[in-house]
Amino acid sequence: MSSEQEQESIRCLVAKVGLDGHDRGAHVIARAFRDAGFEVIYSGLHKAPEEIVQAAVQEDVDVLGISILSGAHDTLIPKIMDGLEEYGAKEDTLVLAGGVIPEEDRDELKAQGVSAIFGPGTSVAETIDFVRENAPER
Amino acid sequence: MSDDELLEGLLAGEHRALARVISKIENRAPGYRELVSALYAHTGEADVIGITGSPGAGKSTLVDKLAETYRDRGETVGIIAIDPSSPFTGGAVLGDRIRMASTVGDMDVFVRSMSARGTLGGLSTATADAVKAMDAFGKDKIIIETVGAGQNEIDIVRTADTVAVLVPPGSGDEIQTLKAGILEIADVFVVNKADRDGTDRTVQELRDMIQLDDGGGTSGGAGGGGGHHSQEVIDAHDDWDPEDDADEAEPEGWTTPIVETVATTGTGVEELIDEFANHRQYLVDSGEHAEQVRGRYAEEIRTLLREDVHAVLEDRLEAAGGIDDLAEAVREGETDPYAIADDLLTPVEECIDELETGNGNRGED
Repeated sequence: MSSEQEQESIRCLVAKVGLDGHDRGAHVIARAFRDAGFEVIYSGLHKAPEEIVQAAVQEDVDVLGISILSGAHDTLIPKIMDGLEEYGAKEDTLVLAGGVIPEEDRDELKAQGVSAIFGPGTSVAETIDFVRENAPER
Repeated sequence: MSDDELLEGLLAGEHRALARVISKIENRAPGYRELVSALYAHTGEADVIGITGSPGAGKSTLVDKLAETYRDRGETVGIIAIDPSSPFTGGAVLGDRIRMASTVGDMDVFVRSMSARGTLGGLSTATADAVKAMDAFGKDKIIIETVGAGQNEIDIVRTADTVAVLVPPGSGDEIQTLKAGILEIADVFVVNKADRDGTDRTVQELRDMIQLDDGGGTSGGAGGGGGHHSQEVIDAHDDWDPEDDADEAEPEGWTTPIVETVATTGTGVEELIDEFANHRQYLVDSGEHAEQVRGRYAEEIRTLLREDVHAVLEDRLEAAGGIDDLAEAVREGETDPYAIADDLLTPVEECIDELETGNGNRGED
């Protein structure tokens, strides 16, 4: 039927992976995404990579934002990317990383499939704009 | 992935395909109707359980424990967790997943968060369709979890066969406020957080209320096996007519049980699952299940028709210059809403009439 309107909404998983126990930033992002009209699923603290993959696949999110402050990004993020690939979800999930990620590690993460890395001091508006422009067309 | 591939993948048990189909349903993406339509042939196996109750009653934690217990019994579980969305931005934080920790990493528990998008009962339609997707996928148990706050939520839990309402201890006054809405849809009451003060009192208050509902104590020995239908009665009810049996004072009716649970430790969860099974058995034995399913399909047909007619009307409005101009004309006193509705609909009605008489006349030409 021609007049049926689609009701699409950008779905995001905001994920805390690994052992760091500080999720203020993740909360701020989750709330900002909500206020931007996105549907946000927050993972909670201390999640293993496979738990993040499970949530991302089941919730069929367009965007996966990973917040890491512990320094373990170069072991945890590749595990998440591999998991997404296993379920055929890597291609059309926009993966973002945030938190404390040193400059010298960034190229490697991008090679893994992370689309953008938002370090400390990034404005929330910048992140939202990036999501709006780059959320995958499905 | 094409829709055919999606359907094939879903029926083959691919999680990504199930997730995608639910997204299509939520988005009302092109082709979603054909997809859902194709799902019907594969549904009907799952038990659908609705869990509702006020915020903070412990729904998500209990759902988590229910899922864990079902998994221990070798059954697969689908969970649909409904959260509200902002009426202003449409945004939502869907937070129930966090509290479902026991089953994390187990793909045979498929948790999907949903929020309200759009209007006109869209969420309950989307929920019912998502239940169908999980049913066709092969889930044994499907749990719908929703906050019991309003009419919309009641519509959603009605898509379940069995509805459990959580009542936290010490909520005597709350029971009063809930009475008119959410309590009367309960098939099972759950007093969760039963290790807290006030549990006994809340259980007692619920018991009193249930007895009042039973129309003056029909259920002296509640829960006994004496009142079950004989096989003949069941057979006779094969062609169940709701008119015959509308009388609620029937002694063999379902008496809402009260189960005490402590979801954080899993206490009482086995008993609760037993009560779900009892209720399921009751539904089938009494013939109520057939009636329930029929009622649900009737509602689905009505909703779809309403949506389609709504779309036709939107086209009419567009053709008439758009709602804004019409509203402005009313504001300026040139016309009124009733006249506009009449103007727009009369040609549609005439058209339908003509079609019907046209068909009738064809033979005489």
